[in-house]
Amino acid sequence: MEFSFEFMTGLIQLGWSVAAAAWFPPVHPPTASSIAESVDQLHYFLTAITLFFTVLIFAVIFYFMVKYRRRSPDEIPPETEEHLPLEIAWTVIPALICVVIFVWASSLYVRNARPPAASAQIYVIGKQWMWHIQHPEGPREINELHVPVGVPVQLTMTSQDVIHDFYIPAFRVKKDVLPGRYSTLWFEPTEVGTYHLYCAQYCGALHSQMIGWVYVMSQSDYAAWLAKQTENESMAQLGQRLFTQLGCSDCHISEGTGRGPSLVGLYGKSEKLKSGESREVDEGLIREAIVNPNSVNLPNYPPIMPTYKGQVSEEQVLQLIAYVKSLGARERTDGK
Amino acid sequence: MSTAQTIPAESRLNYLNSSYGIRSWLLTTDHKRIGLLYLATITFMFMIGGIAATLMRIHLVEPQGALVEPETYNRLFSIHGIVMVFFFLVPSIPATLGNFLIPIMIGAKDVAFPKLNLLSWYIFVTGCSLALYAVIAGGVDTGWTFYTPYSSTYAHTNVLAAALGIFIAGFSSILTGLNFVVTIHKMRAPGMTWFRLPLFIWSLYATSLIFILGTPVIAITIFLLALERIFHAGIFDPALGGDPLLFQHMFWFYSHPAVYIMILPGMGVVSELIAAFARKRIFGYAFVAFSSLAIAVISFIVWGHHMFVTGQSVYAGLIFSVLSFLVAIPSAVKVFNWTATLYKASISYQAPMLYALGFIGLFTMGGLTGLFLAALATDVHLNGTYFIVAHFHYIMVGGALMAYFGGLHYWWPKITGRMYPDYWARIAAAIVFIGFNLTFFPQFVMGYLGMPRRYAVYPAEFHVLNVLSSAGASILAIGYAIPMVYLIWSMRYGPPAGPNPWGAKGLEWTIPSPPPTENFEETPIVTEEAYNYAGSEGHHG
Repeated sequence: MEFSFEFMTGLIQLGWSVAAAAWFPPVHPPTASSIAESVDQLHYFLTAITLFFTVLIFAVIFYFMVKYRRRSPDEIPPETEEHLPLEIAWTVIPALICVVIFVWASSLYVRNARPPAASAQIYVIGKQWMWHIQHPEGPREINELHVPVGVPVQLTMTSQDVIHDFYIPAFRVKKDVLPGRYSTLWFEPTEVGTYHLYCAQYCGALHSQMIGWVYVMSQSDYAAWLAKQTENESMAQLGQRLFTQLGCSDCHISEGTGRGPSLVGLYGKSEKLKSGESREVDEGLIREAIVNPNSVNLPNYPPIMPTYKGQVSEEQVLQLIAYVKSLGARERTDGK
Repeated sequence: MSTAQTIPAESRLNYLNSSYGIRSWLLTTDHKRIGLLYLATITFMFMIGGIAATLMRIHLVEPQGALVEPETYNRLFSIHGIVMVFFFLVPSIPATLGNFLIPIMIGAKDVAFPKLNLLSWYIFVTGCSLALYAVIAGGVDTGWTFYTPYSSTYAHTNVLAAALGIFIAGFSSILTGLNFVVTIHKMRAPGMTWFRLPLFIWSLYATSLIFILGTPVIAITIFLLALERIFHAGIFDPALGGDPLLFQHMFWFYSHPAVYIMILPGMGVVSELIAAFARKRIFGYAFVAFSSLAIAVISFIVWGHHMFVTGQSVYAGLIFSVLSFLVAIPSAVKVFNWTATLYKASISYQAPMLYALGFIGLFTMGGLTGLFLAALATDVHLNGTYFIVAHFHYIMVGGALMAYFGGLHYWWPKITGRMYPDYWARIAAAIVFIGFNLTFFPQFVMGYLGMPRRYAVYPAEFHVLNVLSSAGASILAIGYAIPMVYLIWSMRYGPPAGPNPWGAKGLEWTIPSPPPTENFEETPIVTEEAYNYAGSEGHHG
């Protein structure tokens, strides 16, 4: 029984896998977003492909091991024959399977990449080692995110220090949170419940404690929760106050008569910069204009705006952005 | 061809007894002795990386952490990754078995540049020493990936010492690759045409190309990281005007090909083992040979699949996804050809063959689970979780390490002139196989359930899976300890092996064990294909 070890270990592995499947009820994480089930279907398809080929290869090897085991010490098997059709078959068939997976996975990814136009906006700041969440209506949370069920939510996220990653397994969504820029992530929760929130990019000493909970609430519960919060000034209102305090309003006069451009209706428009480049005025551009104004000079204005880098926190930048957005909210919704 | 006589190893002059003393080893230019110098060095490094892994798995037995503070845990996984990738897996098969075997397998007396070969080892040891210094001086906590701006600005640990160690060891890789490419081009014996080369040589040729073309990029990357950390140059840290993702592009431009540096030589070893223990030419020799080159080339253009969730553009994601699927196909071709080689073969199951068959199974699983990560929609969920950890351990441990152990067992009689107890070797192989699966299979489940990697503490719902994984790791550790015992035992007490204990084909089995210093008394003239077990004289491949 020269092959017994390999055979035994194979049996044990198989038995163990079956037992594992039976003993551990959570075979998949909660499916609580509009995309979760479609991602799972692809996952199960890939699992089936993996199982099929693994079992096929193991079975064929075991069969050959038994059938073609050496029967005498000086046994010489017949010469290996080349077989071109076989080589072509096992190159082309895996390639076709890969094409199917690629098309399936990519169409899903592209579909999931773009948030619906009417998504609710929530802002996220990652820092070592906590998540700051800010709702436009005013409420702020740490390591907790309350969202209503059935409403698409878009997160605009940035980091105050290193790279973090915002990961909600139950929603099957994940996106790096980078310093110095905004990244976005969207989801539409479909099940009321409490779900894990993790940092999925190693960020230093307490990385594994940069975790929290996502509370998906019914829409009425969410409205009640919002009303109960003590922060009753919206982000835009806070931003407006900052706008005056920092002296932004001295130059950016709404009528367009100041030394800087009027910000009314600016958000969402395409602007031609002095460099010749055309850019849409989005969160990222406004942030750049605040912390590094010279990189986004406009042709008809003198480059006199000082940088506010170091004077405003990432949180305040987001409040200023919310204020600028509120000035152009009408144009944006009309336009899209 | 086989003209060597079975003379007891003691009575004959060979590369081991031709000279004695520390100096004769430290100043040797014999590729075989240099191979053994590497063997000793990387075995030591493997033990360091293994101890770190053991401590991690003990720690993770409890959700709140059973052993150390999170800061220490972060150092443990960083040391484990850095040591195992850069100081064990990258040099493992090329620098030990490759150094020992390439000249012999192609019928040469040594590599093309023997002194450069010794220099490579000294450079490597310098790199190892710096990495060990980083560990002793308090460790490094950036992970083996050194992502910026954490590594460049925020980490307070010995980032520079560890990175400099990798930088220096990289030059050893470059010189070894260069030496191998020149050796394989210029030093083949008469009649040893390209298509008569053993597939092990083809795989190391492909590996050497990656060594030469890829390693300078990691050197540049580390250099820029050092500039940033010392002089705050503003290359990677956005607070200084840099781009944190630039580092990831550069890092993975080397480190993805480096995955193939680790697995390609293993594929070469497995081709040799299967041919020898099935007594058959590898099915589709040319396809297996060229798939190695295809993998080496494509491996340079798939790095973006590590960055699907960084916010890189959707179009970049699509392109890197399709290229990543492309690199899967030559690997699949190899698996099918190895399996087909067993058809109508004469298979014996000594320990090296068990490792080879284990490799095929585990590499198949590792490769197929890679499809989940090349596929954009599923990668979003699985990226950064234990699914990734399980996937690359199936490739690097289930694949590369199984092949290394298989190769070590196969050529051990040639290297030492002694046999080890095959019974114990087969038991160890079975224990490694069981322990490996028990350690890493639960990690696929953990990852799919959403457990992020590099977590010192974790939610209680992952407790059972982590305990299983740790239990598997303890079995795996036993599986690795057993060969250390009987291989060392065999060096003194093992029965003499004779020139060709397996009845295998290949020039290395035509010379005595251990080989004489000059390998061949006369330059061999090759008149047949590789793996010509059927004894045919026709032209093939």
